[in-house]
Amino acid sequence: MPRRIDIESICVIGSGPIVIGQACEFDYAGCQALKVLREEGFRTIVVNSNPATIMTDPGFADRTYIEPLDLEGVASVLERERPDALLPTLGGQTALNLAIELAEAGVLEEHGVELIGAQVDVIRRAEDRELFRDAVRSCGLEVPSSVIVTSLDDLEGVPVPAVVRPAFTLGGHGGGFAEDRATLAFHVERGLWESPIGQVLVEQSVRGWDEFELEVMRDRADNVVIVCSIENLDPMGVHTGDSVTVAPQMTLSDEAYQELRDAACAIIRAVGVETGGSNIQFARSRETGELRVIEMNPRVSRSSALASKATGYPIAKVAAKLAVGYTLDEIPNDLTKTTPASFEPTLDYVVVKFPRFAFEKFPGADQTLGTQMKSVGEAMGIGRTFSEALLKAHGSRELEKGAATPWPSLADEDLPDGIHPWFRSEIARAREILASGDIAEAKRAGWGDDTLGEALGMTGPEVRQRRHEQGIRPVFRRVDSCAGEVEAASNYLYSTWGEADEAPPVGDKPRVVILGSGPNRIGQGIEFDYCCVHAAQTFRALGYEAVMVNCNPETVSTDYDISDRLYFEPLSPEEVLAVCDREQPLGVVTQFGGQTPLRLARAIEEGGYPILGTPHEAIDLAEDRERFGLLAQELGVRCPPWAIASDVSEALAAAEEIGYPLLVRPSYVLGGRAMRICYDTEQLEVAMAAVDGDVLLDRFVENAIEFDIDALCDGKDVYIAAVMQHVEEAGVHSGDSACVLPAPSLTLAAALEIEHVVKRLGPALGVVGLLNVQIAIADSTVYVLEVNPRASRTVPFASKAIGVNLVDAACRIAAGSSLAELDLPVPRPTQVSVKAAVLPFARFPGADPVLGPEMRSTGEVMASAGDLPTALAKAERAAGRPLPTSGTAFLSVRDEDKPAAVPVAAALAGLGFELVATEGTARTLRAAGLSIDEITKVADADGGEETVVDLVRHGRCDLVINTPQGSGARADGYLIREAALVARVPCVTTISGAAAAVHAIANARAESALSLQERIGIEV
Amino acid sequence: MTAGFLVLEDGSVFRGRSVAADGVAFGEAVFTTGMTGYQETVTDPSYAGQLVCFTAAMVGNYGVDETRDESREPHARGALMRSLGGAEWASWLRERGLVGLDGIDTRSLVLKLRDAGAMRAAVVSDEREVAPAEALEQVLAQPAMEGQALVARVSAPERYVFAAEGSPHVAVVDYGAKRSIMRRLASAGAAVTVCPHSTSADELAEFDGVVLSNGPGDPEPLVDETQVVRELLGRVPILGICLGHQLLGLASEHRTYKLPFGHRGANHPVLERQTGRVLVTSQNHGFAVEATEGSEETYVSLYDGTVEGFDFPELRARSVQFHPEAGPGPHDAWPILGGFVEELRS
Repeated sequence: MPRRIDIESICVIGSGPIVIGQACEFDYAGCQALKVLREEGFRTIVVNSNPATIMTDPGFADRTYIEPLDLEGVASVLERERPDALLPTLGGQTALNLAIELAEAGVLEEHGVELIGAQVDVIRRAEDRELFRDAVRSCGLEVPSSVIVTSLDDLEGVPVPAVVRPAFTLGGHGGGFAEDRATLAFHVERGLWESPIGQVLVEQSVRGWDEFELEVMRDRADNVVIVCSIENLDPMGVHTGDSVTVAPQMTLSDEAYQELRDAACAIIRAVGVETGGSNIQFARSRETGELRVIEMNPRVSRSSALASKATGYPIAKVAAKLAVGYTLDEIPNDLTKTTPASFEPTLDYVVVKFPRFAFEKFPGADQTLGTQMKSVGEAMGIGRTFSEALLKAHGSRELEKGAATPWPSLADEDLPDGIHPWFRSEIARAREILASGDIAEAKRAGWGDDTLGEALGMTGPEVRQRRHEQGIRPVFRRVDSCAGEVEAASNYLYSTWGEADEAPPVGDKPRVVILGSGPNRIGQGIEFDYCCVHAAQTFRALGYEAVMVNCNPETVSTDYDISDRLYFEPLSPEEVLAVCDREQPLGVVTQFGGQTPLRLARAIEEGGYPILGTPHEAIDLAEDRERFGLLAQELGVRCPPWAIASDVSEALAAAEEIGYPLLVRPSYVLGGRAMRICYDTEQLEVAMAAVDGDVLLDRFVENAIEFDIDALCDGKDVYIAAVMQHVEEAGVHSGDSACVLPAPSLTLAAALEIEHVVKRLGPALGVVGLLNVQIAIADSTVYVLEVNPRASRTVPFASKAIGVNLVDAACRIAAGSSLAELDLPVPRPTQVSVKAAVLPFARFPGADPVLGPEMRSTGEVMASAGDLPTALAKAERAAGRPLPTSGTAFLSVRDEDKPAAVPVAAALAGLGFELVATEGTARTLRAAGLSIDEITKVADADGGEETVVDLVRHGRCDLVINTPQGSGARADGYLIREAALVARVPCVTTISGAAAAVHAIANARAESALSLQERIGIEV
Repeated sequence: MTAGFLVLEDGSVFRGRSVAADGVAFGEAVFTTGMTGYQETVTDPSYAGQLVCFTAAMVGNYGVDETRDESREPHARGALMRSLGGAEWASWLRERGLVGLDGIDTRSLVLKLRDAGAMRAAVVSDEREVAPAEALEQVLAQPAMEGQALVARVSAPERYVFAAEGSPHVAVVDYGAKRSIMRRLASAGAAVTVCPHSTSADELAEFDGVVLSNGPGDPEPLVDETQVVRELLGRVPILGICLGHQLLGLASEHRTYKLPFGHRGANHPVLERQTGRVLVTSQNHGFAVEATEGSEETYVSLYDGTVEGFDFPELRARSVQFHPEAGPGPHDAWPILGGFVEELRS
C-alpha cells in the first residue's frame, strides 16, 4: 500500500526536556521521522519545548514550535497550523499522554486533526492495566496476577511481595517493590499521587525472573517483524532502564525464543497497533519457563533507540513511513538498499548497554535499584563476543574512580544477585584471560589497554606500544543488519580484534574526526550532541568527510545518516587513536562534545593528530588556574581572589587571606561536581574532606547577578553572540539557573565592559571557535568567574534565540574562515527567551531538593514571548511547574534574604494570595505591614499542632518560597521542600527566583504560539 | 585445544581452535544466519555433507537437549564458530564425531562465500597432523555438491509410524525429513507415517495426503524420486517442503539450479502473493526452482526474487521452498502445515 495522499501536513510532538526515563532517544526518533516525512513531501510541524534538540532546529521542519508540551501549548499550535494529522508515537510517554488529552478535550476533532501512528483506543489498551491484561489474556498469555487499586482500602488481602506500578507515569515513576505490608501501603500512597489518573497496579512479584524485551513492528497489512531481542542481565525487579542489557538475547534456546516471538506478535495484534513499533517486556522463570507479559509501549521507546543502534534497523524512520501508509515490504532496508524492511535483523556481533548513574550528585538519596528508573544516561558497546561488548560498554561509562554505582567492577562479587549463570561464567572467563597476561587474547576478550596495563604492571600507553610492536591492532567491522548475507555499503563500524579489517576509508576528501560526548550525565547531555551533529553537518557541507566517534545509543550523532562514517566506540585514547590511525584525518574536533573530548585532546595531539580549531593549549590555559590568573592579570581582567590548596591546612591558610564565603571545587570539572560554598572554617573543613587532589578556592561574590556569554573567536576577532542573564543569583550553578536573553538588567556600561573583557580573553587564550565566559556583576564591578574555550550548554538555546547557528560558524572558523568572512549578523532578538532547568529531585527521595553550586538538572526548556514575565511563566509551564495565579503562598527565608522577601510578599498579597510564614519571616513581613498567618516549624512542633509540612501535604498551599540557611535549621527547610516536591507545589529556593516568579505571576499575558521561523524571521 | 583450520577450495585458510572431535571433515562450506537453534541445525538432514558456519557471534550458550534433535544424529560434518558459548555444546559435538572450530573469523568467511559462492572445503582439528596444503589437495579431489544425490544416505530405511492416532492419515516421504514436520502434522491432529524415499506412488496414494519432505543435495539427479512424484500427481493431495518443493517442480516440468550460496537462516522475508502479506521464514536450501511465466507461483523471496512456493490446484499439489515447520526459526508459516491437515480432514 503506497503513501497516503489524503493528508498533506503532519504535526510531530517531541518529548520535551530531558528527564530520567526520557532522554535524547526521542530527539533521534523525531529527527528521523521529520526527515522521512519531508522526503515524502509532507508539510511538517514540530512541537517541543526542548531547545537542545536537533528536531527543533529551524531547518528540520517547515514550522518549529518551541512551546510548552501541555494541552494549552499544543492546542494553540494545532489551532494555528491546522495540520491534517498528528503523529504522537515518537515523543515518548509525554507525546502519547498529550495525544490522549487532546483527543479527550475534543481539540483534535475541533481542528479536524487525525491521529496517526496509534489510535486512542490502542494507546489505552496498551497503557491501561486492566485493558492490557484483557488483551494479553485474549492471546492465551498471562500478566502477573494483579489488582488495580484506586485507594488504600483496596489493599486488603493483596499478597506480598508485590510490585506497585502507577498508571501513566514516566519510567515506572512512583512505583516500587514491597516485601511487607507497610512498604506496600507506602508505595501505593505515593503511586496514587504520582499517577495522573490516580490508579496503581499492585501485582504479583516476579522478582528474580529473567527479563526480555522484544522490539516489534507492524504495518497495516498485518505484517509483523521482530527487530531485536534484548535480554536484561539484572533480572526482574530492576527497571529495564537501569539494567545492563544485551542484544541479541543470549540464554534462550530457539524454542524458548520463538515462544516469546509468538507472544509478541500476538500481543501487538491484540492491542491493535496498526502502524509502527512497540516494545514488549516479558518475565520468564528460569526454572519452569513460565512466561509473564510485563508491559508494552505502543510507540518508539528508549529500547527501540537501543535496538535501532544495535541492529542498524532505523525503527523511528520505518515507523514514520508506516504511519503514512507504506507497508514493510515497500520500505527498503537502509543498510542493504536492495532488500526490504520486512525482515528480521540478524546480528554477527553482540551489543551491551550499561546505564550511567549520577548518585554522586544526590548525597543522601537511596541508591537501591528498583522499579523506578534512576540512571541518567547509557553507553553501548559492540563486540564480536559478549565479553568484548560488555567490557567496551562498561568502560564507556566514564565514571570517576570510586564513583558509587551498580556494577562498579566486573569482579564476581560486584555482579548483581540472580544474574544468569551463563553471564557469570562468561565474565569469569574474561577475567581469567586477563589474568593470563596474554595480550592478544586479552584484547580479543575486550580488555582495554589501561586495564590490561594494570594487570601487567604497565601503563596503558606502554601496553599500546608493546602490542603495536607485536602487530596487535584493532580491525573494524560493519554493522549491516544481515550478518553479511546481503551486500551492504553501511558506514556504521565498530572495532574488534584478531580478524580481517572491513571497509577501509577510500577517496581523497579531507577528513575530520568529531568526538561525541559519551553517555548522558548531569552536566553533559543532549546540548553537546546537538553541537556534534551540527559540526558533522557543517564539515560535510564544507567538503570534508565527517567521521563521528561516540558510544551513546540514545543520540542523533550515532545515527549513521549524520556522518560519513560512524564509529560506535568508547571515547578513550585507545579507541579514538585507533580510529585516527585508520582515518588519517586532517584534524580532530574536540570542542563540541563537552568535557569528554577535552580530556582526550592531549593524547590526540601526542598521537600526532592536530586538534581542529581551539588547540589544547588554550584549554589548558583557561583551566589551569595559575596560568589563567597570570593571563587575567596581564589583560587587566578582574577575577575574584583565589588560591589553590592541596590539603586542609593550606586551604584554611588561603581562606584567611581571601576571606569568606568561598567557592570550593576540584580543578577540571563540569557540572559543578563537588562544588561547595563555604561560609566558615568548619564548612571548609567538611568540603575539603570530600575531594581529592588540588582544590580551587575562589572568593564567592555575594549578591551578584551572573551572566553567561557565548561568543565566537577566530584567534583575532570576537563575535559576541549572546549575553544571558541568570534568574537565580550567583552561587546557583549556571546549568540549574533559569536564564534570560536579552539580559534585562544589563546596563549599557556593564554591557560594554563585558564586551571588552570577552574580546580581550578570546584572542589571548588562542580560541579558534566557540568561547563561553561566565561573569558576575556585583556593585557595578565585573568579575570573570570562568572561561571555557569550547561549546557550552547554552549554545543551542542561544542559537535558537538569536537565529544564528553558532556551531556552524565555529566549524567554519575551525576550517579556516575568519569572522570577517562569515559576516554574521549582529544579534538583535525581538523576543525575550527564557531557558529553565528541569530537576530530577522526585527520583531521589532523601536528597535535598535545593539549588546550589553543584549542577543537578537533567534537562531544560525554552520559552519565548514578547516580554519577560510572559516568557518566564511559559517556561515554568514548559518545565512542568506552572505558576499559581491565586491561593496561598508560604514563605520561609533565611535572614540575609528577609529584606528582599518583603517586596515579594507584598506583590503576592497584592495579587490576592493568602500569606503564610514561619515565625522569623512572619515577623519581618508583619513589620512591613503585611497580613500573615504564622505557622509552626516542624522542628518546633511538639505534637498536635499543624506544621508547614502538613499545610503542604494537605494541598492548602499553592506556592512555596523557601531559601535554605547557610547552616542550621536545615532539616526544617529540607522537610518543607520535600513535601512541596511530593505534593507538586512549585517550590522556589532562591529569593531572586521568587522575585522573578512573582513578576511573572503578576504580568504574564496570554500569547498564542509562534513558530521559531517567525520569531527569528527566517523562511525555510 | 589444538590449533585447527578450515581450508576452502580456492586455497584460503581460516584458523581457529579445535573444540570438538579430532580429525578431518570434508564438505561444502555454507553459512546460516539463524541466531538460535544450533543443535536443530546440525541435526537437520538437509545439512548432510556440509560444514556449517554460524554467523551468530556466540554458539552453544544454552547447552543441548535431546528434544531439539531434528533427526537421530548430526548430519552436518563440521561446525565453524566465532566464539563457543558453552562446554556442553562442544562435548555434544565431540561425542558425535563432529569437528568444530572456534575463534574462526566467521564474518570474513561469510563475505567470501557470499561473493564467491559455497565452496568445497575441509576442516582440520589439528594443524600438526594435516597441513593446509595437504588438506587442500584432498578438498580438490572431493565431488562438488552439484550433481550429488544424498537422499538415500539419510532417508529412513523402513517405513515407521510417527503418530498412530489421528485423522487424516498423512505420509511423509523421508528425503531427510526434519522431526518438526512430523510434530507439526501430529499436533494438527494427523496420524503420521514416515516412508522411505524409495516408496512407490501406488503405496503413497493409499494415504489421505502426502508430504514431500526436505532433504540434502541436488534435486536433479533424484530421477526415481521425481518419477514417483510425477506418478503421484493428481492421485492424492501433496505438500512439498524444500527438497520436496524442488521435486514437485521437477515433476511439473520446471528446472532447478544451484544458488550461489543458498538461503540459510531464520529471517528470510517471503511474499505471499495471494494476500500480499509477508512471512518471516526459516530457510535452508542451496538449490532453487527456476521461475516461469506460469501462475502457479504462490510465494516469492523478497531477498532475491527466487521462487518460494507453487500451487497446482487442479492436481491438489502445492509446495514451499522454505520451512513452515520452523525448528529452528519463526512460526509464521506453521499454518501451512496445519492448513494442509485441516483441508485433508474436510
